[in-house]
This record gives sequence, structure tokens and C-alpha cells, in this order.
Amino acid sequence: MRPFELTRAATVQDALESTGAFLAGGTTLVDLMKLDVLTPPCVLDINDLPLRGISTSDGMRFGALERMADVAAHPGVYPAISKALVLSASQQLRNMASIGGNLMQRTRCSYFRDVTMPCNRRVPGSGCPAIGGTNRMHAILGTSDACVATHASDVAVALVALDAEVVLTSADGTRTLPLRDFYRVPGSTPEVENDLRAGELITEVYVPRLDWAATSTYVKVRDRQSYEFALCSAAVALDVRDGRILDARVAVGGGVATVPWRLTAVEAALQGAQLTEEAFADAASVAAEGAHPLSGNEFKTTLLTRTIVRALLELTEGSHR
Amino acid sequence: MAIRGKEIPVDISLDINGRSEPLSVDPGVTLLDALRERLGVTGRRRKAATAASAAPARCTSTVSQCSPALPSLAATVRRPVTTVEGLSTGDELHPVQRAFVDQDALQCGFCTSGQIMSAVAAVREDVSDVREFMSGNLCRCSAYPNIIAAIKQASEQAAADTRRADATV
Ligand SMILES: Cc1cc2nc3c(=O)[nH]c(=O)nc-3n(C[C@H](O)[C@H](O)[C@H](O)COP(=O)(O)OP(=O)(O)OC[C@H]3O[C@@H](n4cnc5c(N)ncnc54)[C@H](O)[C@@H]3O)c2cc1C
Ligand code: SF4
Ligand code: FES
Repeated sequence: MRPFELTRAATVQDALESTGAFLAGGTTLVDLMKLDVLTPPCVLDINDLPLRGISTSDGMRFGALERMADVAAHPGVYPAISKALVLSASQQLRNMASIGGNLMQRTRCSYFRDVTMPCNRRVPGSGCPAIGGTNRMHAILGTSDACVATHASDVAVALVALDAEVVLTSADGTRTLPLRDFYRVPGSTPEVENDLRAGELITEVYVPRLDWAATSTYVKVRDRQSYEFALCSAAVALDVRDGRILDARVAVGGGVATVPWRLTAVEAALQGAQLTEEAFADAASVAAEGAHPLSGNEFKTTLLTRTIVRALLELTEGSHR
Repeated sequence: MAIRGKEIPVDISLDINGRSEPLSVDPGVTLLDALRERLGVTGRRRKAATAASAAPARCTSTVSQCSPALPSLAATVRRPVTTVEGLSTGDELHPVQRAFVDQDALQCGFCTSGQIMSAVAAVREDVSDVREFMSGNLCRCSAYPNIIAAIKQASEQAAADTRRADATV
């Protein structure tokens, strides 16, 4: 690890005036500093800031410094969100890692994490060895010629499905952005991952109230049953009445997309659908439209639709024929 | 050339096993290194040796389990820390340590102190999915079935102790 200066921010104002890299749980930042992928000269410990609190009274609000484990265990948190959190990382990591840090986590692409390799995301213009190399863990949706890396956050997929917003504070004031618009697909500038401006702090995550979000779930498919990133994951919420789907929210991610990926086409196809596996498979079949599989991950187009179908079946268990 | 930050040592005080340990550390020093290399936990490690064969010091915060194998920086630790050496009282093993011995929940013992600290948290928090809760603790010898059995034993004992305490009130 390169030498660096460490300071603690006592107030949000301190943080906004600092040029240091924000340190919350450190499970991404310190990890990547140890690998020399990130080399900030100054690190600012933000854990004393009052960015705490979980409220579920009208929609949901999570302070950016709330720990993943605490949000997961909080009663009344929509099931898709708590399930996505419980299926993330390990208990030790969930005890340390914050919600704000989770949304800002960097890709797990092994070339990105290896400073001896070229990587457009780490060193713009240096090339992308994943495209012609080992890419089983890489994305099929939202990719470009410059980068095919996934955004590995589980909870971000659930949050995007449920129209969550991030509250961002800077010296210029506070703005709110749908999480879906916060992330940027790589395009020709994979180094730009999101809309966060220099010196801007995520202070809160807000999930608008959705009465039927109690009927939501998160399915994560992976090589190991626990403590593993997703090959594919799906967050689904359903409004079911009289044996038919009135409305749906569907997002996928983990190992299939460069950013948490909302599937409005699948949502539209689910409207009015009956609760049968065939109807689910029909609707899910449009999920992989526009997908660009790579040499090592062609299986993900099938996996993608099957993961969505499994989430739908889980949610409607007992009520489909 | 990249600008290098100045390594300015930070004065901290770590609360380890109920003792306050003042320390001056470089910002990049991890909690694990601070424990093992700076605070000289050799004596404590010997105690761990009686409990569950020779094992490197692993720790957990008393508030909730954290992982020093992960890079938590010593200078950012705010909570009291309990290591495996802080579990037993005198010669008497902690019930979870006892359960690990009873159930033969280790082979080489390399992972054991970490397993025990996570197991203590699992028992205290009465978790429903023990396997998921413990999945961050890898065991190369694959002693998993016996570790699960040890946690079951300790949980049952904890529940019985609570019932007994309730009955005597
Ligand atoms: C072994 C391992 C397995 C993992 N498995 C999973 C998994 O299965 N699923 C999953 O979703 N994640 C997984 N993760 C990622 C983990 O969830 C993230 O590392 C964690 O959530 C980051 O949170 P943190 O508080 O530790 O962030 P930090 O490491 O402190 O910060 C991460 C980044 O966010 C910035 N940042 C932090 N807080 C703010 C803020 N409030 N405003 C603006 N910027 C901020 C930091 O400057 C830094 O760039 C895994 C990580 C590890 C190490
Ligand atoms: S996929 Fe993206 S992150 Fe991975 S090597 Fe290519 S450019 Fe870098
Ligand atoms: S007992 Fe050997 S690694 Fe677990």
C-alpha cells in the first residue's frame, strides 16, 4: 500500500471541503489500495458523520453510513432489499460495509484489480483484455467495445427495481437522483462510472413507498451458495390480483450487466399475465434483447431469462397452476 | 510522478479485551497487524493454543463480528475489540470453545480462532441460518459439519441457561 494521510471528518462540512477519498467501511477502498489500484494521497474517514438512521414509515430512508447488516435486519424493509443484502458478501463484510459504499463499490473484473494488466477503466485508453480474454464473469448487457465489466452490487439491483433515489450533497447544495440514472454504462469512457461529482457525498438512499413491494424478492445465482458474487441476479416485485399480474418491477444485474439493469420491457410483458410458468417464460424472453454475449459467457442469455422466471415462480408460489 | 501522501502516524487507543492500548500507528496499518505485531499478542496466543490448538490471532468486535483478515485500518477502529484470547476466564473455556473441543470442530486449527469468534456472534445473535452467517470463515480442512455441530451445542446450552435463569427468577 502506498503511504497516505488519514484524517477524520467531524462534520459533513469537513467532508465537503476535503479532497481526501471518503472511507466508510473500507471494504472496497482499502482492498483496492492494498492492490495499488487506488492510490489516494489523502483518505478521509467519514464514519463520525451523522449519516445514519433507517426509517420505514413513508417509503424507506437509509442513511449512507448505515451498515448492510443493519439495513438487512431492520423490520419492514422491502424483502427484495433485505434479501439482496443478506445474499451479499459475508456477515463480517456486511457488518462493516455501508450502504453508500456499496453503491460506490468498484467492479470485480480481475484485470481491473491487477495493475500489471491494461484496463480502460483503470487506465483510460490502455485496452480491455477481458473482451478477448477470460470473461465468464463479465457482462452481456450495457457493454461497449471499451469495457464489459459488471457492477457487482446486489442491493443496487433491488433498489433500481424499486425506483430508489440517492440524495447527494456537495458544497453547492443537495440534489436527488434516481439510482437508475446515477450509474453510467461504460460507452467510450468506462472510467466514468456514475454521476457523483468530485467532493460530492452520498448522504441518503430513499425508496418511495410501493404498497405491493411486500411481494418482492431477489434471486441470486452463483457458483457457490454463499460468499460469492452473482453470475446473474434478479429483483422482482409483483402486484397480483385475482390470479393476474397488474403491475411488475424487474431489474437484473450482478454478473450480467455493466450497471443495475431495469427491464421495463419485461415489466410491460408481465402486465395482465396469468400466473403460469409459460406466461413468465414468455415475458422473460425479451430480457436478453440487445445482449452481447462474449466468448466465455454465452450461457448468460439463457441464465438471465431463467433467473427472472425463478424469481417470479418464487414470488407466486402456491398461487400458480 | 504520482504525488505521494505523507505518512503521518496517528495516535490511537484500541480497546482490546477490556484493556485500553494506546498506540501510534501509520495510517496503513491494519487492525490485524496492530494486534499481532504491535501489541505483541504472543501470551494471548498461547492461551488460544490451550483452547484450540495453535492459531493466529483473529478477533471480533464485541459489538458485532468484524473481520481483521479484511483490511480494517487500526486507526479507524472505534469499537471495543475482543480476540479469542479474551473469551475464556482464567482456565475456564468459553462455552463455545468448550463446544468446539467436544465436537472436534477443527483439524489443523488454522481457522479456528476466527471460527470461534464468528460462532460466539452466531450463538449470541441466535441466528436462524448458521451456514450463511458462518460462510465468511473458510476452513481449508473442511471441518464444517463439526463446526455447525459445535454451534448447535453452544446454542442449545445458551437456551437451556436462559430457561434455567428464567425459572429461578
Ligand atoms: C470478499 C468480498 C466479497 C463481496 N461480496 C459482495 C457481494 O456478494 N455483493 C455485493 O453487493 N457486494 C459484495 N462486496 C462488496 C461490498 O459490498 C463493498 O465493498 C461494500 O459495500 C463497500 O462499502 P464500504 O462502506 O466498505 O465502502 P468503502 O470501501 O469505504 O468505500 C467504497 C467507495 O465508495 C466511496 N464512498 C463511501 N461512502 C461514500 C459516500 N457516503 N458518499 C460518496 N462516496 C462514498 C469511497 O470513497 C470508495 O470509493 C464484497 C466485498 C468483498 C471484499
Ligand atoms: S472489462 Fe472493463 S474493467 Fe475489465 S479489463 Fe476491460 S476495461 Fe478493464
Ligand atoms: S481446521 Fe484447518 S483450516 Fe479449519
